[in-house]
Amino acid sequence: MTGNTLDPYSDRYAHRTHGLAVSEIRALFAVANRPEVVSLAGGMPYTAALPLDAVGSMLGELVARNGATVLQYCAGQGDVRLRELICEVMAEEAITGASSDDVVITVGSQQALDLISRIFLDPGDVVLAEGPSYVGALGTFAAAEAEVVHVPLDSDGLVPAALEAALEALRAAGRQAKFLYTVPNFHNPAGVTLAVERRAQIVELCERYDVLIIEDNPYGLLGFDGQTRPALKSLAPERVVYLGSFSKTFASGVRVGWAYAPSAIRDKLVLLSESQILCPPMLSQLAVAEYLSTQPWREQVKTFRELYRERRDALLDGLDALMPPGCTWTKPDGGFYVWLTLPEGLDAKVMQPRGIAERVAYVPGIGFYADGSGQREMRLSYCFPTPDRIREGVRRLAGVVEQELELRATFLSTEPAAAKVRWPRGSAPGPELA
Amino acid sequence: MISRVGELTAVVLAGGLAFEREVSLRSGRRICEALKGAGVAVRTMDPDAALLAALDGDRPDAVFIALHGADGEDGALRSVLDLVDMPYVGSDAAACRMAWDKPTAKATVRAAGLATPDWIALPHSTFRELGAAVVLDRIVDRLGLPLMVKPAQGGSALGARVIRSAAELPAAMVSCLSYGDTVLIEPLIEGVEVAVSVVDLGAGPVALPAVEIVPTSGVFDYASRYTAGTTTYHTPARLSAADAAAVADVAVRAHQALGLRDLSRTDAIVTAAGTVQFLEVNVSPGMTGTSMTPMSVAAAGLELGEVCATLLHRAATR
Repeated sequence: MTGNTLDPYSDRYAHRTHGLAVSEIRALFAVANRPEVVSLAGGMPYTAALPLDAVGSMLGELVARNGATVLQYCAGQGDVRLRELICEVMAEEAITGASSDDVVITVGSQQALDLISRIFLDPGDVVLAEGPSYVGALGTFAAAEAEVVHVPLDSDGLVPAALEAALEALRAAGRQAKFLYTVPNFHNPAGVTLAVERRAQIVELCERYDVLIIEDNPYGLLGFDGQTRPALKSLAPERVVYLGSFSKTFASGVRVGWAYAPSAIRDKLVLLSESQILCPPMLSQLAVAEYLSTQPWREQVKTFRELYRERRDALLDGLDALMPPGCTWTKPDGGFYVWLTLPEGLDAKVMQPRGIAERVAYVPGIGFYADGSGQREMRLSYCFPTPDRIREGVRRLAGVVEQELELRATFLSTEPAAAKVRWPRGSAPGPELA
Repeated sequence: MISRVGELTAVVLAGGLAFEREVSLRSGRRICEALKGAGVAVRTMDPDAALLAALDGDRPDAVFIALHGADGEDGALRSVLDLVDMPYVGSDAAACRMAWDKPTAKATVRAAGLATPDWIALPHSTFRELGAAVVLDRIVDRLGLPLMVKPAQGGSALGARVIRSAAELPAAMVSCLSYGDTVLIEPLIEGVEVAVSVVDLGAGPVALPAVEIVPTSGVFDYASRYTAGTTTYHTPARLSAADAAAVADVAVRAHQALGLRDLSRTDAIVTAAGTVQFLEVNVSPGMTGTSMTPMSVAAAGLELGEVCATLLHRAATR
């Protein structure tokens, strides 16, 4: 009698598919979607702040006026008019003289990350990435069966000396990183920004060690001071693949991003993208192009900046007022996220059920590392809840941390911190959290 | 007067705010489809502040509770449904309160003559006041190793851990007590793990064929429960006729001792010596694609939709 595993295909999956499993973490995220829960977990842009009537009229006119094209296939590289407009957007961050020929439209920058992983990574290859790093990128690297070597961040972003040490260690081991993956502006999840003076240092190191840079920049226009920082791409155009997105500056639901790459890499991106999706969705592309052409998009970005700054302030003020001693956190100058470190010995993943029971959600830090680090850390998002809800969420979170401190004092006062536990594959937050 | 199942209207409650929300949503969809297949007019609701008004506004003949965890199993929601005279499938609030609290359920079935592993259930405050180290030492002295540590209330193995050395206990306690204030500790019983569903379709509670559970990882944890391919199920369980009869008897007697109604699922271990050890009972058993009750229903030659519709009919006409 052989029994039933409920999966007749379990002996046929690819090697990389094994280990994909449901998990307790994912189960708890399901509760976070209920309105009773203050979710500081989700990274959802606040699309309600868009001029929805104007966008609605624009979309209607777009289809009425040009429907036969809007609802048609297009070239695999993406619509040329949108690619030209993207060059204007990139100029906001010092990428001047960009050629639309080298821009490839993707389904969000997440598809670009997947394409990059498929193009460059064989199993066992090394990727350098900040520690912590964007969970969606780590997912594509894991799917490619790559090894991620984390490089520490501080309040000024990626630490050049640490990057050099990592590069040197790899060289000493006879290994070469395929690329450095970095989110220089208003980092997801850490909230920090790479200092301008460090940018040249990072580029110089990557030149010296001959490492490609994947610069992922979805938040660059969301600096609360209204200023932009020069993109790494502007410092070394042939060394950098730049990834952009309209998810945060316009609408995450249109799923339009892009890669701006050296020509040889661009060709690979186009060919591989065509095999994945034939072409990016024309309706979304032309919606973005129309939005950039007919709507005051820079003013809208300013509106988003002010809205997110108010929410950032609510979160930081709440943390200052309420969190127990021993907690530390980053102070972002833009973007969506604060990275909080718990007092010694606490574990954000272990604490998560208590958080859900108290109706507050966050993302445990281990999801943002490939090596099981981050147990004391968590990501808090301020982009979606209102300031009042954020304050209430922090109040609840502070109570949860207090209770965990008490629990730990009871049981683990003399115990060392728990061993590293890797984030179970398949338990990465869904798109609404990433 | 409802005379035929096909005339029934039902609300399936699924979701909720308990840790098992996702499982509940999956169970709810499955029950909903099954009831539709049996001709019942059904809609699904997530219990929230709009629930009572919605039930008043478009009153179904009965409610099918597909909520797991506290929302569906601690009796509170059922008390409210009783309050508004809304019939529902399953056990009443008082019985649920006994079954939901594992130490209470274990004490009740032991008093009824069933075997269950020894246990101790303690709240965090006891450890804090008496000193965790000394209390845990005494627990290990008395119950031995390995141990099973789990929240005194809750399901789907959330927060449950197998402990093989005393050094693992403090961290397991912290993890477990994040799920609830009281921890249940019992010796880990080795043997054949079975789940036995009991249904009462009108002729009294009857045990369906037991499902034998063989998780690839060795531990039937959350991932093993809900990831297809990670656990092998044998239905009926590979037991001797005598052992199969014994597990069926234990499940029915547990159902009766706790005063349960309509359906339940008892989790038990059959030891090498042939003793059936009761572990816990579930008053709102999972109905997902990887849940054991639907497997037992199929092994009994029954249709899930017909079973659910019959239970619904019984509830509506009670």
